[in-house]
Formats: sequence, structure tokens, C-alpha cells
Amino acid sequence: MSVSVKDKVLIIIAEQAMLETSEIKLNMSVEDLGLDSLGLVEAIFSIEETFSVNVPFNANDPTASDFDISSVGAIIKAIDKLVMEKSN
Amino acid sequence: MVRVVITGQGTINALGSDVASTVDAMERGQSGISLMDFPNVDRLNVKIGGQIKDFDPKVYFDRQKITFYDRFTQFALIAAKEAILQSGLVFEGELSQYSGVIFGTAGGGLQTQDENYRAVYEEGKNRVHPFVVPRLMNNAAVSHVSMSNNLKGPSFTVSTACASSNHAMGQAFHLIRSGAAKVMIAGGSESMLCFGGIKAWEGLRVMSQDGCRPFCATRNGMVQGEGAAVFVFEEFEHARARGANILAEISGFAMSSDAGDIVMPSVGGARRAILAALNDAKLNPEDIGYINAHGTGTAANDKTETAAIKEVFKNYEKNIMVSSTKSMHGHLIGGTGAVELLACIAALKDGIIAPTIGYQKHDPNCDLDIVPNQARQKKVNAVISNAFAFGGLNAVIALKSI
Repeated sequence: MSVSVKDKVLIIIAEQAMLETSEIKLNMSVEDLGLDSLGLVEAIFSIEETFSVNVPFNANDPTASDFDISSVGAIIKAIDKLVMEKSN
Repeated sequence: MVRVVITGQGTINALGSDVASTVDAMERGQSGISLMDFPNVDRLNVKIGGQIKDFDPKVYFDRQKITFYDRFTQFALIAAKEAILQSGLVFEGELSQYSGVIFGTAGGGLQTQDENYRAVYEEGKNRVHPFVVPRLMNNAAVSHVSMSNNLKGPSFTVSTACASSNHAMGQAFHLIRSGAAKVMIAGGSESMLCFGGIKAWEGLRVMSQDGCRPFCATRNGMVQGEGAAVFVFEEFEHARARGANILAEISGFAMSSDAGDIVMPSVGGARRAILAALNDAKLNPEDIGYINAHGTGTAANDKTETAAIKEVFKNYEKNIMVSSTKSMHGHLIGGTGAVELLACIAALKDGIIAPTIGYQKHDPNCDLDIVPNQARQKKVNAVISNAFAFGGLNAVIALKSI
């Protein structure tokens, strides 16, 4: 996993959750972060803009796509995969 | 108290270019949702909508008029013409002074905005058509209907997102009931199916890419539609004195505000609006035979609306048919309540209960009789139509047969 992807995602999530990056643990869920569905949609938008990727996510059914949002670590892993796919 | 009745109705939407073809499509459970066709649609993830296909404004209007009409104005004029013709009213003299127009719209002349932003930003043009402003303004449809029909009374546009046309029709109802008007032309119009219109909604990630399935366990979002529906609201005694054909009575209207969240709906706000509409109409829960639901097909709306209906109707909801016709014509945003009122009138007048199509799988959070996939024939005497907007603004209309 590239360090820069992780760091950038942590900054985005921290800003959205109004937390310090140091307070964010990789095993935290979206609920633990205190993000509601709109907060999550906005964070995903920031991620897409930062990495120039498309994240498959429907707020009606967050679990429907392959994009895993079960924890911060899972989100970072999924973004890392999208970034890798893009560079390949 | 002054009673208010409906003596004319007109429409153009993805199901049909008039009321007869629209109600026929609803009765057959036909879908008007298809692949959309407009510039840059290939850059959208959401490619389906209730778009009016093969629409040629030149069939309806001459060139000098078209130059002033955005697509949402064209739809409103077409629907108003059908409604006023059916009512048999001609607006002259004193009647003209006491008759006005109120429509709902959320996007107004969005097609005009989209085309002209594309011209100046993308194509780099430095000149736009001189009538961009009169085409795009949200009151353009109201003003052109008033001009075309000599309607000189109270006229304005209401914009409350997805509740716009229910709020508009409620204001028209109040104006007649209060004595400020004899006749009101009321309804809504929307034409948001353009690149900018859909792209904005895509961003919110509440749109379905494969279909609108309200109250179904597999629902995954809303699908937009376009069009207009317009009604002639008339003081009952005025209509009776001239021997008008009365389609239904508007018996009550109520509004509420969630004062909660900018996009998430609230059970309490919806419940308060439904209950207040029943009280205003002096109807009991057991009197209601059909509810035209807001039923957007989003995860949040459909379960919230179900909970609100169950709280108001207690155990009676088992006897009430509830359908979302958005499954067929799509969500017309600011025009949706008007098109949905057509289904309410069809229920009262002809006993046609429009279905919720696309239904696949039961959702325990939406355990109402949603009239799945097939229309029913059943006599009902009173109905309500729900609209719950983004921003938490709710508007519910109650109608009775007459």
C-alpha cells in the first residue's frame, strides 16, 4: 500500500469527521467516525477529486458495490486498488 | 365554507401527451422510463429517465412563440390548454380579474441555462440569445399561461423542490377558499433532463441506474422524469351554476416543515402533514381509499413514508391502497405532485387504481398494500397525495369524489 494514498485519505476523512488524523484508527467504521450518509458522500467526492478515480457508491445501498466501506482501513485499501488499476 | 372543485385537467409526460393516454398507460402499468437522449448523455452514469420522446414544439407553437418558451414553459402551456378546454371556461370581464395561475417548478428554465452555459463556457461564445432571461426565469410558465388565457388575477410560481406543485396547488386552493379568486389554473412543470440537471443529481448518489422500484426491497434510488400537469380549480358554486363537469373536490390541504435535515426525510414531519390534511378535509383515516405516495424509490423516503402512513392510519392502512406512480413516469421534481394528482382523479372518478410497477421483492420496512405491478379497479371516495421535499418541506392534498 502506498503511504501517500493512506495519508491523503486520512486527511480527507479527518477533515470530514472534524477530527485530527492522529485520532483516526484503521479499524474505525463510518459510524465510529460520526459520519452520516451525506458526510460519507462528500468524503467520497473528495477522494474522487484527489485521486481522479470513480468510486462506485450508491447512498441507497452502500453495501451493493465492491467498494468496501466497512472501516477506514478497508476504504484505504479500496482506494489504493482503484489508484493502482488507474495507473496500470 | 367555500368549496373548491376541479373542472379540467391536462398533461404531457413520459406516459402520454394528454390525460387519456396517461391514465391509460397507468392502467396498463406501462413504464415511460427509457434511455435518455440529449447532448453529453454519454458522460453520465445515470442514463435512464422518464423523458418525453419525439417531442416537436413546432407541432404546438409557431416560431415567434417558441423563441420565448423553454421546454418547461412549453409543457405547461400544452397541459394548460387541455385543462382549460375541458373546463369550458373562457376568461373574460370580471371572471378574468378573479382568475390566476400558480405552478410549481424546481428547475424552471434549466434547459435554457444548460444550453447557454455550454455556449459561453464550453464553446467560448461571447454572445447569447437576447431572450435567455425571460426563457429561464422560474415564473415564465405561469406568465405565459396567464398571457395566453387572459388570466389577470393572483399569479405566481412556487419552488419547494419535490413538493413544489403540491404547494402550488395548495395555494390555489386557499385563494379560492378565501374568496380571493373564482378560478385558479394550478399544477406544475419540470424539464430537468439535460446534462447539468442529471449530473447535479448524480453527485448526490441517490439515483438508480436501472429503474425506479418504490417500496421494493431491491430499490436503489430515484429516476427523474419530465413534463407537466395542470388543473382548473373552481369555486364549487361557480362550477355548479354553469353546469360544469366536476371531476373531483379538493377537500383539504396541509403543509409542514421537518426543521431537521436538508435531505433526510422525517417520519414526524410527514405524519403531521398527512394528519393536518385529513383534519382540514374533515376526513377520518377510515374514509381514505387510496394514497398516491411520494414513493421516490430511495432507501430513506420509502421506509420513512411507510412509517408515517402507519402512524396516521393506525390499523386502517391495511385497507388503503398506496401506490407510487413515479415507477412509471419518473420523478418530475417540481412537477411531480401535479402528474400524480392525475392518478388521484382517475381513482376517484373511474375507480382506476394505478399500480407501483417494477416491484420484485417484499421489504418488511414497507409493508403497505402498494398495488404491485398491476392496476386495480375499485371504487374509492376519498384520497390523499403526498409530497415530501428535500429541505423537509411537506405538502399533502386531500380529494373527495363528488
